[in-house]
This record gives sequence, structure tokens and C-alpha cells, in this order.
Amino acid sequence: MKPTDIAAPDYFHKVVDCQWACPAHTPVPEYIRLIAQGRYSDAYMINWKSNVFPGILGRTCDRPCEPACRRGRVEETPVAICRLKRVAADFKDDITQRLPRPSAKNGKRVAFVGGGPASLTVARDLAPLGYHCTVFDGDPQAGGMMRSQIPKFRLPNSVIDEETGYILNLGVEFKGGHRIESMKALLAEKYDAIFVGSGAPRGRELDIPGRKEATANIHIGIDWLSSVSFGHIDKIGKRVIVLGGGNTAMDCCRTARRLGGEDVKVVVRSGFEEMKASPWEKEDALHEDIPILNYLVPVAFVHDNGKLTGITFQKVKAEYDAKGRRNLVPSGEPDQTIECDDVLVAVGQENAFPWIEQDCGIEFDKWHMPKVDPKTFVSTNPKVFFGGDAAFGPKNIIWAVAQGHDAALSIHKMLSGEDITERPLPEVYISSQKMGIHEWSYDNDISNDKRFKVPHRDKVIALKDIRAEVELGYDVKLALGEAERCLNCDVQTVFSTSLCIECDACVDICPMDCITFTDNGEEGDLRQRLKAPSPHPDQDLYVSSDLKTGRVMIKDEDVCLHCGLCAERCPTGAWDMQKYLIEMTYAGSACPTKSRSAA
Amino acid sequence: MPGLDPGIHAFLPCHRDVDGRDKPGHDGLGIAGALMTYIAKPKFHHPGLKKNELGYTHRDYEGKISTLCAGCGHDSITASIIEACYELSIEPHRVAKISGIGCSSKTPDYFLGNSHGFNSVHGRMPSVLTGANLANRDLIYLGVSGDGDSASIGFGQFAHSIRRGVNMTYIVENNGVYGLTKGQFSATADRGSKSKKGVTNTDNAIDLVAIALQLGATFVARSFSGDKTQLVPLIAAAIGHKGASFIDVISPCIAFNNHAGSTKSFDYVREHNDAVNRLDVLVGRDPIAVDYAPGTVQMVEQHDGSKIALRKIDADYDPHDRLGAQTFLQKHAAKGQIVTGLLYVDPDADDLHEHLNTVETPLNTLEADTLCPGSAALDKFNASLR
Repeated sequence: MKPTDIAAPDYFHKVVDCQWACPAHTPVPEYIRLIAQGRYSDAYMINWKSNVFPGILGRTCDRPCEPACRRGRVEETPVAICRLKRVAADFKDDITQRLPRPSAKNGKRVAFVGGGPASLTVARDLAPLGYHCTVFDGDPQAGGMMRSQIPKFRLPNSVIDEETGYILNLGVEFKGGHRIESMKALLAEKYDAIFVGSGAPRGRELDIPGRKEATANIHIGIDWLSSVSFGHIDKIGKRVIVLGGGNTAMDCCRTARRLGGEDVKVVVRSGFEEMKASPWEKEDALHEDIPILNYLVPVAFVHDNGKLTGITFQKVKAEYDAKGRRNLVPSGEPDQTIECDDVLVAVGQENAFPWIEQDCGIEFDKWHMPKVDPKTFVSTNPKVFFGGDAAFGPKNIIWAVAQGHDAALSIHKMLSGEDITERPLPEVYISSQKMGIHEWSYDNDISNDKRFKVPHRDKVIALKDIRAEVELGYDVKLALGEAERCLNCDVQTVFSTSLCIECDACVDICPMDCITFTDNGEEGDLRQRLKAPSPHPDQDLYVSSDLKTGRVMIKDEDVCLHCGLCAERCPTGAWDMQKYLIEMTYAGSACPTKSRSAA
Repeated sequence: MPGLDPGIHAFLPCHRDVDGRDKPGHDGLGIAGALMTYIAKPKFHHPGLKKNELGYTHRDYEGKISTLCAGCGHDSITASIIEACYELSIEPHRVAKISGIGCSSKTPDYFLGNSHGFNSVHGRMPSVLTGANLANRDLIYLGVSGDGDSASIGFGQFAHSIRRGVNMTYIVENNGVYGLTKGQFSATADRGSKSKKGVTNTDNAIDLVAIALQLGATFVARSFSGDKTQLVPLIAAAIGHKGASFIDVISPCIAFNNHAGSTKSFDYVREHNDAVNRLDVLVGRDPIAVDYAPGTVQMVEQHDGSKIALRKIDADYDPHDRLGAQTFLQKHAAKGQIVTGLLYVDPDADDLHEHLNTVETPLNTLEADTLCPGSAALDKFNASLR
């Protein structure tokens, strides 16, 4: 193998698995260390810069970082990254002085369709640069689906108010209750750019017999949730069936439990494991005595002269074809009818752009989605950008934020007269953490603690009050314990070939058997010859250039604890522990240099 | 009470550093010694680590974290002993590790944290080991010593344990320098080699391998701490050998003897290493099917049933020829070459217990009525002599 080029910004970025997996590339270990030090405001600001909504995401994020967390490959469970983010938000001081100031306007006007996470992220990035940002939303307050669809017992309004407020206070104009009904009309208002962050606002229908007749007691999940959010609905029947296996279904069933639903069931076509809902959301539903029934496909709403009485389900089983694809086929058992008073349909969301006229220069594909460039987020109309669920269908808040940052960069470049396809490289800082003999400027003592549970409100009390937040968040002590579990993957093991005397000290001390000195070869062959098995080929091998004996040093990055013992026991300093920090490129980042070579 | 006599259990069993063993099975002494390194070795190990016949990973054979200088060759020897014991699936409680004084003699604290240990007086390891072996022949004895411990203050002790044929593995961690007293030449430093300060050694060197051969050791080897592929099987083979096994391991002292002009530095040993053979130790459980080119491999069956596959590097070298080995060694030493590998082995050797015709039962387990059968037996015995 060729010697590893550690100067490539992505090499060490990939070693920080959580940050690499995060769409917004939030520097996770960096803020977890600050939490451990009690510097909650600093930790919050790192998050705020990167993911804009730390308090909201700390409660609701889909956590792509956690399955990636190296800790999960070393022991059973990853670090509770998401809930540590909430700790930063919960325990921070007043940070308003640290926020950007509204700046002098540069005369350019940008309109935003929808006031959700994607639009607000773009506005957050553009407003401090002097753009006049106007956000239109049909709802009276900013936040989009974060406010309308996520139940208050998961995300209190105070958190949404605070974090949307930080953005609107940058001088962003918010026009609530002002739904954009015509793109053509908006274009006519001569904005310099338009950003569409209108989400995926339409709940998918379930068109089976009885739908029309029993419609009074059949509700579309997301519409029902937002009606609950805005106080239009405050009760539901005693027996409720929720159809669907995603996070919306989980929100629906838990909300129903709080509005008078005593016998609430979730019924899902697929098996329990394949459900789209996050494991922890399923757990929370089960904890609130909501059974989840699997492999049942709804075939008809049963009604008595228009009054819903139940749903009939066909029983199916999973079969896998030669390609490993799953098919649900009838199991042959008789159909089952489950009685109920109300049904919540949460079987998916769809995009809908009835307000975009055909002659706006915005082309749509055969799935009726706008044609959007996945890097620049520009549509076929060079002044119109899309982001969040509106661009590529329903995903999560953190994706909307990541796309918002990129779209903001495009808008800024376009309005600065630059080529939007040229994406500047991120900035990378790397610095040694050695302070003296046996002294490192990070805590490299590896904690053996298992993941700490987040305390919950007592179930009886929680179920009585739809606005009582269920999760109470870590206290300071639990947060410290959980923060200590982080392996500091951003403190990189950096190897200098010229200093190595091949004494084997690093090989002997490494607790994870990561390091091997051997003859060079092809990657597949090398992976067979490592000191310990190498089960994850997606994890890079760090290969040195040729050493004095003609061998090379190979480090499997897979399960390195970043404990620094290799550097501690190296007599010549050939190993060093260096902290790696990558600054993603945002609109207004200082140096518009050459474009990035890799992902 | 084989093996559990507190009298020969001076090392505290490691209580944290060995995964899965928060509580050792015996010995209530729970205080770990003061560690010089501030960082404890993490408890986690690679999730895919292989286990041996006993279900242990190699990390289960570790001891406390080393307090030697970073990069010390001795730490590699420690790692090799751990690896050899892991591969042989040795039950830790069956091993007694005995040492004297010096950097080398500290190392038993860093391996086999759940074995018996005795850190004895300077140079007296061989005598303590001989005594322990006589009292309990059932244990595996690892004598760990250094060039100061064995070639200077304990030279006589070394000689007598070898000539008696004590069943043991005697490892000398040889760096040619007194590291603990800051770098004076030891008795194994080559004449003409330079100290770190630039002083030339005017004394002749003791070659412990040559002495061991002459005194009748039945397994004699030399290796290098920087070559574990050679060293690990040598240690494994030595443990399987019945009789006095002696291994001289050149082990560079990073702090005081790894400079130009030293003949015990990493660079010098790598340049002048003349390996006569390589071995594979074949343990019954895992018969390694290796295709060796005919004539290049010699199989040696050991007393414990294991086999050594000796891959010849020097075609003319015969490891069963004691006299030839001595000549070969001297010839190459004169040329400045360091001969390594298995230099001599007598697979049919016997040991001190056979010389003394002792009973099979370890002496320390004999009950009082066996040891002292009473006056009737004495009378009968006396009568037989009349």
C-alpha cells in the first residue's frame, strides 16, 4: 500500500467516526471535552456554529453519529452524544453576547419559503453577512415541523422559541401566517435569491375500503399532530390504532396516550427490527404501555354506517428472494380485525409543490420532485435553491441543517459573482497535545463505565400532561460520567517514519493490538497479516513509508482507543498525539481556495 | 499445597490490568504497587482477539504496566513471554517466575500477573529457583535475569544451576550495560565497544551462551528482543524442554546503550545478526500443516510431546552437536557476528530430580506420615544395613 497521506483533510476526519457520520460534521469530541470541563457555554457555541439547533437536536436528533461511534465497536453501546448535546444547551449561561451582531445590510434580498430548520440555517449563515432575509411561513411562529409535528413532551416550546429566536434576532424578517401560494408571484417580487425550505408537508394517504365512509375518525398523522400542537385537538377515543412504523407513528401513539387513549396500539406492516422508527423511540412507546404489532397489513376500515369500528388486517410474513430483498407475502392465516374508535395514519410523508407554477424555470423529475443539484442545492432556476425535506424528501433536522449550510454558501457565492460549483476546502488545524513527560493536554484515561441512562419523568405524571417533558436530561454528574466515556477520537495518533527505531514499544503496549510492523503488501493481504483481526474494511489502515528494516508500520484505525500509550511508550517521539480540528466551509468563510479533492 | 504457598508469592497479583480478572482466584492482597506511568493500560481489548485452549486471550497473561524506560528491549521480551505462554495455553497458576535485581529482574511484574513470583536477592535467582524446583517439581520455572545479575554478581549461581540441570527456562535479558546505575559497562559488553560517554571497553566479554554450552545446558539459544518471530517460539520451545534451558536475549538499552559504537544497539544487532535457524513450535492442539522444502526442516520431539520444526537457514549447522556449536559460535564471534537461533538442544535430557532420584510427588505435598514413617520403619531400614 502507498503511505497514508495524513495531510488530506478527510483522512483524520474519517477517524473521528461521529463527526464524519454527522451530516453537519459537528466536532463531537471537542464539545464533549468541554462538557467534561464544565464549559457548557463553549460546548454550546461549537454546536450552534455547526448544527444551529443544539437544544432541539439534543432532544430530537436521529443521531447518525451514535451508530458510528467507535465506543460501540469497543464495547456494547456508543457514547450518548445526542443527550450530551442537550447538556450543553441545558447548563449553558446566557450566550447572547457571543452571537453574531446584525450587520449593515448589503442591499441584497433573499426570500425563504418555510420557516423550518433548513430555511433558518440559511438565514443564520446569510444574515450576519448583510443579506436582507425574509422568511415566509404559513404558521404564526418560526420552527416549521420542529414546532408543529414534534410533540411538546419531547420538545418544549421554550427550546424552540429560544433557538429560533437566536436566528430571528440577527435581523431576519419573519412573516408568520403568510403562506406562499405562488412561486411566480414571489419571483415577481425581484428577490436576489429564493430558498425553498418548505419541507415535506403532506401525509401519505391510505386508500383502502372504508376510508371515505369512516373519515370522521381517520386522521392523517402529521396533520393531527400539528392540530394537537396548536391546540385545535385535545382529545381522542379510548381505543386508538396507529398505522405506520416510523418516528411520526411513535409521536402519534404517545400523543394519543396523553389525550385519552387508553388502549393505543401501533400496527406495522413490517417486522419490529425493520421499522423506520429509531430504536429509542420504539422503546419509549413500549414503556408507555403501547404494544407494537408487526406483520399486519391493513386491508379495510370497518365501519357501522360511517362510524368507524375497527380495521381488518391481513397477516403477512417476510420472505427473502435470491438477492436478499425482503418481500411481504400473505402468511395464509385468517384476517384479523382489531376494534378501535380512532385511527391515526402515519405511513409516510410526501412532498407537494402545487404552488410552483410550471413556467417558473424550475424543472421537476418524474417523481414530481424538483431537479436540485446535490452539492450546490440550486434548482434549474439559478436564483432558486432548495434544501431540507423540500429538496430530497423526508429526512431529519440534522440533514436540513447540513443542506442549509451548503445552500447558504451557494447563495453567497452566487450573489458575490463567484462560481457556485467551486466549493472551498475546509480548514484543518492539528497540534500536538504533549505537555511534558507523562503529561497530555487531554484526559486519556479510558473510562470503563457503561452508557448512563437519561432520567425520565415518572410515567403516571408524564401521561397526564401532554406538555410535561418526559426526558429530564442528564444532571451534571451523569453528564460528566457520560462525557468521560468519549474516546477523544479527534486526538490523532501521528507517526513519523524518520524517528522510528522499530523497538516495538508501541506494539507491545497497545491495548487494542492496533499496530503491526510488517512487510508491505496489497491492502487485502495486509489485513490478513495484522496483529489482531480486521473486521471492518471501511476503517482505514494508516501505513507508513518504508522503515530502516524495509518494513512498514501499519495501524488499523478501527478500535484505537486514542489512549496515547503508543506515544507515551515511544522513546523517540515517533508517535505523537495531535488534536485534529476541521472547520467546515460556511458562507463567508475567509479563504476561497481551490476546490476539495474528496468527499 | 502446590503453588499456593504464600512464602513464594511475593508479587501481588495484578488486579486491574488483566481483562476479566477483577478478582484473582487467590491471595487477598489487593494493592497494586505504585505505577510510574500515570496512564493505566485500558481494560478494553480488541473485540476479535483470539482465545487459547483455556479461553484466555494474550492479554490475560499480562501483568502490570511496565515502569522501564520507554522503548526498553526488556518490554519486548516481556511481550514475547506473554505470547509464548498464551500460545502454549499455560495455566498461569502453574508458573513460578523468579528473578534477581536489575532492570531485567523487574520485568516479572509486567507479565503473568496471576502466576507465582519471587523477586530475590541480587544474583541469587538461580539458587532460589533451584530450591523452589526441588520443593515443587510440578511448576514451570521461569528464571529471569540480566547480564549484571547473571554474569557478574550471580555468575557462580548461574553456573551451578546450569551444571546441575535444573528443569527451568533461564532467560538473560542482555543489554551489556548497567542501566540502573546509569550506563557502566557490564561483563557482557564487548571489548572495544564504546559507552554512551565515548569510553572504550578494555575488558573481555563473557559470552553466557558459550559458558552455558560448556556447563552442559541441554537447550541453548540466543535471540534478539527486536525479533519476536524468532524469540517467541524459542521461549515456547524452552518451556517445553525438560532440563536446563538457557536463552540469551540481546536487549538494547534505549537510555544508555543504543548509540553508534555499541554492539548491543538495535542497529548493530540488526546488521550483525546471523540466524542459524528459525523454529515453529507445534503444540498438539493445533497441528500446523506447513509445507517445508525437503531437507530444510528438522523435527525435534520434546519431552512434553510438543514438536519443534527447525527451519534451517545455515544448512551446515547441526543443533545437536555441542562441540560443533561451540566452535561455530567462537568463529563467528571473532568475525563480529552475533549468532542467533536454537544453538543446541538435547531432546532426551534429564534433570536434577532424575539425578537425585527424587519421588514423583512434589516434596512440598508429602504428608508428615510419609516423610516420617515412624520407628518401626526406621528399625526395618536400620536392620537392612546391618
